[in-house]
This record gives sequence, structure tokens and C-alpha cells, in this order.
Amino acid sequence: MAYVAVKGGEKAIKEAERLAQYFRCRGDSTPIAVRQIQDQMRLAVDRVMGEGGLYAPELAALALKQAEGDTLEAAFLLRAFSSTLPRRHYSLPAGSSDMRIMRRISSAFKDIPGGQFLGPTKDYTQRLMAFDLLEEDSHAFRSFVSEYVAGDVPDRVSLIQQPRFPKVVDLLRLEGLLADPAVESPANYADLTRQAIRFPATRSMRLQALARGENGSMLALAYSSMRGYGAVHPCIGELRVGHVKLLVPHPLDPTEIITVGEVLLTEVELVARMRNEGKGSVAQLTLGYGVCFGHNEVKAIAMATLDRSMTAANPGAPAEDEEFVLYHIDGIESAGFAAHWKLPHYVDFQADLNRLRSVVDRKGKANDLL
Amino acid sequence: MTSYSYNYGFLDEQTKKEIRRKLLQAVAIPGYQVPYGSREMPIARGWGTGGLQITLSIIGKQDTLKVIDQGCDFSVNACNLRNFIAATTGNTVTTDTAEASIVQTRHRIPEEAMREDQILVFQVPYPEILRWVEPSERETRRMHAERDYGKLWVFLYEDIVRWGEITLSYRYPVLVNQRYAMDPSPIPRHDVPKLHQAETLFLFGAGREKRLYAVPPYTEVVPLQFEDYHFTIENFGGQPCRSCGSTSSYLNEVYDGETGERYFSCSDTSHCAKNSRGAIRHE
Amino acid sequence: MLSVRNLSKIYGSGCGLCLELTGPGVGSNICPKCHSIVACARIDLDVYPGEIVGIVGESGSGKSTLIKLLHFDQEPTSGYAYVQGFEDGQVDMFAVSNQKKRWLRNHQLGIVYQNPNAGLNMEFSCGGNIADKLIAADWYNYTRIRSRATELMQKTELPVQRMDEPPKRFSGGMQQRVQIAKALANNPPLLLLDEVTTGLDVSVQAQVLRLIRQIQSTLQIAMVVVSHDFAVIRMLTERTLVMRNGRVVESGLTDQVMEDPHHPYTQLLINSML
Repeated sequence: MAYVAVKGGEKAIKEAERLAQYFRCRGDSTPIAVRQIQDQMRLAVDRVMGEGGLYAPELAALALKQAEGDTLEAAFLLRAFSSTLPRRHYSLPAGSSDMRIMRRISSAFKDIPGGQFLGPTKDYTQRLMAFDLLEEDSHAFRSFVSEYVAGDVPDRVSLIQQPRFPKVVDLLRLEGLLADPAVESPANYADLTRQAIRFPATRSMRLQALARGENGSMLALAYSSMRGYGAVHPCIGELRVGHVKLLVPHPLDPTEIITVGEVLLTEVELVARMRNEGKGSVAQLTLGYGVCFGHNEVKAIAMATLDRSMTAANPGAPAEDEEFVLYHIDGIESAGFAAHWKLPHYVDFQADLNRLRSVVDRKGKANDLL
Repeated sequence: MTSYSYNYGFLDEQTKKEIRRKLLQAVAIPGYQVPYGSREMPIARGWGTGGLQITLSIIGKQDTLKVIDQGCDFSVNACNLRNFIAATTGNTVTTDTAEASIVQTRHRIPEEAMREDQILVFQVPYPEILRWVEPSERETRRMHAERDYGKLWVFLYEDIVRWGEITLSYRYPVLVNQRYAMDPSPIPRHDVPKLHQAETLFLFGAGREKRLYAVPPYTEVVPLQFEDYHFTIENFGGQPCRSCGSTSSYLNEVYDGETGERYFSCSDTSHCAKNSRGAIRHE
Repeated sequence: MLSVRNLSKIYGSGCGLCLELTGPGVGSNICPKCHSIVACARIDLDVYPGEIVGIVGESGSGKSTLIKLLHFDQEPTSGYAYVQGFEDGQVDMFAVSNQKKRWLRNHQLGIVYQNPNAGLNMEFSCGGNIADKLIAADWYNYTRIRSRATELMQKTELPVQRMDEPPKRFSGGMQQRVQIAKALANNPPLLLLDEVTTGLDVSVQAQVLRLIRQIQSTLQIAMVVVSHDFAVIRMLTERTLVMRNGRVVESGLTDQVMEDPHHPYTQLLINSML
């Protein structure tokens, strides 16, 4: 199984694949059902859909299974699959005012019109290992659900039926306290999957790149800005998680709008302090916007922070430099490139050696160079 | 594997058309980097997705394909790419440079001179030669637009000050058609002169960085050099290839796995085999 | 050899009335209507071969902006300029492509900024900075570049043995000399000097000024010297323009302007110097 054994490559690849398959199967347990991953690893599935840029829970679960739980690899599988799909339609802009809410909080106001809804969160639970899950009883597992749904807490479920909440940031807008970023006409939206990003980037391109960004990279950059490299001190105007309808104009009759389905989104509107841009600065709060597929609050907060930090007129910190941020947050690109160093580079290395020896020959012994 | 679920050449026809249009633009402005909507491929970013997208966009049923990595047809990544292209097109593959109509390569130009009816597709990790001296894309675009290559030249000047020669070994900067500074991809210096006034069309694809560029046949391609510090290619001290005895090809330094002895052998393996058989015509 | 006509630079949106509503008459260069800043308004300037022209004024008078416009560091809002060495002085240098502006900057102009960081690449060596300017003017011979850099360092009284060190290790006065050496590298017919002695010790100031005079007398390079300091202007220049609030308020032979200032602002500047 040599690495670049001349004439051995073909066989080596096949054997390596078989060996990897063996490592996936050898544990003597039953195969995981994709459905189980989809149901019980929902946050991993959401993350993979977000980074993969494709809303397909079952495929994302399959990708996770195939990738043995590596979310980056799974997102890559999904992305590669989606790039073969033709673009038949672009959906209409989806307003999150119409979101079917399952969670909604604001850290800017104690009370908000419509009320705060914690929804499914573990924010306030203690992070203790749940040892009972080591041997989870499948009967108890199922009966919890039936009891929960049939239980005496109708408002828990009816919340999901609540049609519409006013948006918190609209309150600030009405008062003229919020500076909105310039609005692009939907007709001018570029498609990141069809065009290379250019700088200065349009906001629609920025947001698309951020929405597909890799969790960890975005978090690190956003955190650097919150911590002191740059100065975004965010306040979460509103964070909502819920389902949004996808609407597409009828291909034959564009006046007819068809609902093609709904997607689960996490959306964050972050309000940051006013910006001082010298004379003529207006005393207004500024907005950072984050949205991503599925339930992924940290990513949405990181995205909103970066959306805001990249508006700095004179970038001073990495998180303020749109080139720096947008070129380095794509997990598929960065992971692929980092991994490519495993490929043979002996032609290049030989060329380097040749140069080095040439310099050494001219300047004498290698020691003299130090 | 015969692929039923994917289009011929994996990519959909719209995508191929888009890439071909961008290639035309690249050919029309030699050395200029054309941004394009690079697609995610089923191989990882950084592993040749740019070259692969070009090959899949230009390949037709009559084409014969050769894929090399570091000069070798059988290194794992070359095998993987060749298998993928063959599986999604059903085209004939070869290891003989002379037989191929399209050669996809990583880091080498084949030793055997290529002809007008052939195309060489390069996999490119860094399309931007100015990245040696400038990290910002906005700034390098401006520098190209204004033909402002001073920073790169000073970099070469300071290299001579420090080391007595230009120490860039691969990715050696070239000036194309007296206009654009270009990254020839990480080919060794040995291969750089082959770009100049060549009979073959050279296409360059950087998938991760989403850029395409080209050197059309019979184009001037000159390495950046000072009048009194000439560009030179690698020198193997007259050592021949241990397999075929060639002293003119690019060599790899190899340590014998058993004896630990160091020897040299051709990086272009199919050329080496052909040469050993006496099948290379020496002019 | 250089003639500038009607050159204006407005920072901000501009409202069409900016030029009328600002100036020394109202004592401000901020447009009361749209809050734009009128840095330069309808400036005319002529420089003849080998001559040194001074531009004097307090900070905010627009003198540094004028230099930056002439070096293409900023774009004018309106106006024209013609250089003898470019298209025979027939083509407005502001109206050409960036590539041509680059040619002009590299072949016809040299500049020395107040802040050496603006004029030098502190990552390059001292010789690299000089090489930068030479390469831009199509010098591609390493040995010739080295000998030209040696010659320039000698001329500007810099220690030649430190050619391969980055100028960030040099003192302020030495950094100004490196800037001067770089600006002179390709024998430009016109040199732009922006507050080159400001911030230097008095003794170092004197050395740098002496160097500039020397260069002018041996090389016959025309110069535009911008300073807030009439002493510098008196020492270096033959003709002077006095600027205030973006306007030229007075101009003439330096001696005359200093001995018999007409504009009250010029009188004030001269009195404050004495």
C-alpha cells in the first residue's frame, strides 16, 4: 500500500478504500439507520446542511453516516452533490416575520411584543454527563414522546401554531434608531454557487458566503471581534428559530406563487452601537444579520457579528477585513487545501533542494548561512 | 462503474458552457486570471478541482486522456482523477503523451514535446503570482490592471542581495505576452522555458481560488530575470536517470528503500519507460 | 514645465455652491450647506524648469492636498494639469488611464512625504526602496541598480554599508534622506516635497535643507516645496504661493512676499515667524 509506488496507485486506492470500510464496520454493532441520525443527531444534520449549502435533512444524515461523523467531510459530500443539481428556480425572498416560530428571544428588551419563547434549548441546563443514556431504554424513549405530546401543557405545542410575531428590530426601525444596510434589489442578487466572489463584495454575496461558512472558523473570527480585535459589542435584538415557507413563482404564470416547502432556519438580528465615522455620523444603532439552515444559534450569532464587523470603513482587525473573513471561512475550501499537503510534492521539493544546494555551493558550507 | 445518474463528464452542460466561455476569455487575454463560478467536485478542494473542471468542460467523445501528478501517471491522485474522468465520460485513457489529445497535469510539463493538436491542462493551487508579495486580492487585481509589478521585482532584487541568486524554485514568475505576470503553477524551473512560443494550448484552472487563465500557442512567455542575473533551470550535476540514462529530463532524487543509496530517476515516468524502450526519437 | 489650471478638490458630496460659500472671505473651508470640505479651490500653479516654488500656509490650508493631487495620490474633483515631459505638455495628466499616471509618476516625478512611512516600504531594504523606483522606470540590471543606489546614498550622505538594511532601523533624518534618494533615483524633472523637515530635530532639519539646496544647484531639478514654516520657504524657494482655506491668497517672488506682504493672512504668518 505504498503511497506513490510507481504503477501501484490503482491497487493502493482500492485497498485503502476497503480498509476504511472495514474500520467503519468492524465494531460488531448494528449499522446506524440514516433515519436515526436524522432524528437524534439533528444539530449535526443542521450543521452539515448549513455548510453544505443544501437543505436536505435525509441526505445530510446519510452524509454524516458515510463520513463516520466528520461534519466537514459530510458537508463536502453534500456540497459536491448539490453542485451537480441544475438551478431551475430561484425562490422569492422569504420574510422571517412569517416564520413558524419554535424559539424566539431578545436580549435587548425584557419584554417584547409577542413574548419571549425559550423553545427547545439547553442554555440553562447543567452540562452534566447523562450516564443513563449509556443504556437508554427504547420503551421509555418512545413513551416520553407520547406522554409529552398528550400532556397537560397545550401551550407548548400550540406555540408552534402561533401565526406571526412582530420583529423586535422593527420597533427600533420605527423610532429611526436603526441604520439599515443599503438594500439591493433582488434582481441584482448574485449567486455564490455560480459566480466567484469579487471585492468589494456585494452584501448578498457576503451573506451567502457567511451562511455556508464553517462553524468553527466563523466562531473564531467573530469571537476575536467580540473580545477586542475590532469592536463589535453585540446585543441580540432578536434570535428566532422556526420554519419559513419557500415560495416560487409559477414557471408559466409568474403571478401565481407556489409554496414548494418550508425550511428550518435560525435567524439573528444583532444590534451594535452606533458607528463613529467622523463628522456627519448619525446617532443610530447598526445591524448585523445572520441566518443559517437548521437550528444553529452560535453560527447565526457569529454570522451576524461578522456581517456587522465587516462594515468597518478602515479595517483594522482581521474580522473587519471582508477579504480576510470571506476567503477563510469556507470549510470545504480550507479543509481541502489543508489536506492537499498530503499529496506528493517531490517535484517542487526537488526544485527547492536544487536551489538550496546552488546557494550553498556559492556561499560555502551550509553552516556559514546560519 | 458506469455512471447512470450523472451527465457525460459529470458537470451539467450549462456549467461546461460557462467554463468554455471563460476559457475563451482567458485565451483572448493571455495570462489574465478570469474569475468563474467554480463548482464543488467530488474530489477535495486543492486536489485538482480547477484542472478537472476544465478537462470535463472541454473533453469530447473522441478525446484520449492522460493524467499525471508530479510527472507520474500512477501516483494515487492521478489514478483517482483519471478514474473519475474515465468513469463519467467513458473516454479512452493513455499514459503515452504522444497519444493523448488532452493531458491534465499537476506540477509538471511532459518531457516529450507537445503538439498543436494537444491541450495541456494545469491544476493550479495559487493562481496569483503576486501572492508572493501581496496577500490582498483587491490590491493584486489593481496591480495587474496597472501592470504594477514593482513589488515582485524588488522581491527578486532582495533575494539576490540575500542569497546571491533568485531562490524561487517552483512557481517561478513569468511575464506573458509582455503584459501579465503569471503563476505557471508549481512546475519546476526546468519546465518554464517550455511555455514560451509553444505549439500547444495551455489552460490553467484554480478551483478553490475560482480562477481560470491560459497561454495560447505561440505566445511569448518570459521568466522575470535581471539582465545580469539570468534565469537558469535545475542542474543535476550531469547525473543520468538510473532507469533510462537520460541527462536532459527532470529528475527525482530517490533513496533506495533497502540500501539507502541515493540515485536519480525521471519524474516523467511514461517518458522514462518509452526512452528505456528506445521509443523516443532524439533529434 | 508644469502648469496647473483651476484645480479643485472637495471631500464629501459637494453641492454646487461649495466653492462660493467657502474660502478666506468667510474664514472656512467647510461648506455650510452640505458640510463638504473644500481642500483646494481653483488653484493655478506654474513651475518652470530648475525652479523651486514654495507653498506656505497653516495646516488645513490645502497645501498638502495639492501635492497629493499632483502625485496622483488623490483624485481631483475638477481641474487640469500639464507636464512638459508627458505628451509634450498637450494632454491633461488627470484625464489619462491609471497605467499612464503610473508612468508619469515613475518617470517624471519624485516625492518626499512628511511621514517616511508614506514614501518608503519599511519591509524592503534601503537599496530595495531605491530599486523599487528604478525598476518602475525600467531598470532591469542588478549591478547597475546597485551602483546607482550606492551613488544616491553617497549623494544623500547615507552610510553605503547600510544599503541592505530596512529603513525602519534608521533615524528620522536618515529616513528622510532615503526618501530623497529614492525620489531622485530616476532623475525626475520635478520633485515634490511635503513638509520634509517637520518633526525633525533642528540640527537635522538644517542638514536636510542643505542637502535639498545642494541637489537643486547640482541637478537643476524643479521642485515644489510645501511647508507651514516661512523659514524653510525663505531658505529654499524663489517664488511662493500663500494658501488659506483652500485658496491661493497671495503669490510672488519669495523675497517680495516676505518683505512686503499684501494679504493680512500673509502678514500674520510672517509676524508669527519673527
